Amino acid sequence: MKGNLFKTRMGIITAGSVIGVIAALLAYLGNPKNMGFCIACFERDIAGALGLHRAAVVQYVRPEIIGIIAGALIISLIKGEFKPRGGSSTIIRFFLGVFAMIGALVFLGCPWRAFIRLAGGDWNAILGILGLIVGIGAGSFFIRKGYSLGRSYPQGRAAGYIMPGFFIIVFAMMVFGFSKLFMSESGPGAMKAPFIISIIAGLIVGILAQRSRFCTMGSIRDVILVKDFHLMSGVAAFTAAVFVMNLILGQFKAGFEAQPIAHTMHLWNFLGMTLAGFAFSLAGGCPGRQLILSGEGDTDAGVFVAGMLVGAAFSHNFAMASSGKGIGEFGAWGTIIGLVFCLVIAYTMTQKRKTA
Amino acid sequence: MDTIDARGLSCPQPVIMVTRAVVEGKTEFTVLVDSEASFENVTRYLESKKYTCKTEEKDDHTVISASK
Repeated sequence: MKGNLFKTRMGIITAGSVIGVIAALLAYLGNPKNMGFCIACFERDIAGALGLHRAAVVQYVRPEIIGIIAGALIISLIKGEFKPRGGSSTIIRFFLGVFAMIGALVFLGCPWRAFIRLAGGDWNAILGILGLIVGIGAGSFFIRKGYSLGRSYPQGRAAGYIMPGFFIIVFAMMVFGFSKLFMSESGPGAMKAPFIISIIAGLIVGILAQRSRFCTMGSIRDVILVKDFHLMSGVAAFTAAVFVMNLILGQFKAGFEAQPIAHTMHLWNFLGMTLAGFAFSLAGGCPGRQLILSGEGDTDAGVFVAGMLVGAAFSHNFAMASSGKGIGEFGAWGTIIGLVFCLVIAYTMTQKRKTA
Repeated sequence: MDTIDARGLSCPQPVIMVTRAVVEGKTEFTVLVDSEASFENVTRYLESKKYTCKTEEKDDHTVISASK
């Protein structure tokens, strides 16, 4: 296979740093505070724009998401890495996506945002990251025991274009001003960096993340499973870059209280991310990585993303999503049911170790 | 010679399968992978364990021959 400039340690550190700088700049240019990039939040906003949930403050077709998946599609086509594939326990992946989103919205952020919040001085993120480590640790435990969702197989080319195509069409609907989309007039959904900047930022991040295999969940998992710090160095560079940029832009504010789009219920910050981390590790990637894989033609990852959109709808429709005031009325239920689901999947999909 | 068929498996399973072979002390084996990410992960791991990797491109997958 061909050489890849970004597979080196320097490559992943460069990619992580650039993505971090872009994340801090996007918040500076109008995205919600400590939310330059949040895959879970932004997919939730898209679910809102489609009317899958009616939380009026979080509805917007975030161009960053479209940029990421389109960037991954374009670069993987150029590099010959666009390979439509699927069929690895697809329905399980859908529900892992649903519950990953429910957990992420209890914490209020995907792993990317957890590190961005940390780099912005939001100490509530520490609880979230600890939860993430515990959740990924649980997933890694089962992976070591032989957990597998089975092989995927090559599929027809059309299959690989479905998810990128879906997002591009939703984006086109917004660009051409389709009036039935739901758009926030206030709240986080109305806080946005200029549209052109958002789409370009997304494309750059999509390309860099595709080349470098940047993955927050994988960074923690690889350290736990094989003591490999490759991806971790990228995530560390990402966090450091956001931190430095926040200092430069005056966006750093340390403390637990009154942090932007965050709550201080430590137990649920921890457990929400435990659920998300567990689900991501069972599915083999953080939400950002799932988007990238979808762009490469991985239809299983595409189904996981679809699950996240539906999970966002459940979260808001059934009062499971948190707000600045704390967790939603049924957030605890969603988290616990999700953890039970992940445990059952992890246990039942773990086969006796066969000799390779 | 042992062959580890990691085609179609998502990360980190290819690497986990290879770690088992390494832990068992196998000095020569081949690994079949069909994605760039798996290829990079497997060769990075093997090289960190001082294995030499030779690669051969097939139609729809890559054969990594590891030895030390």
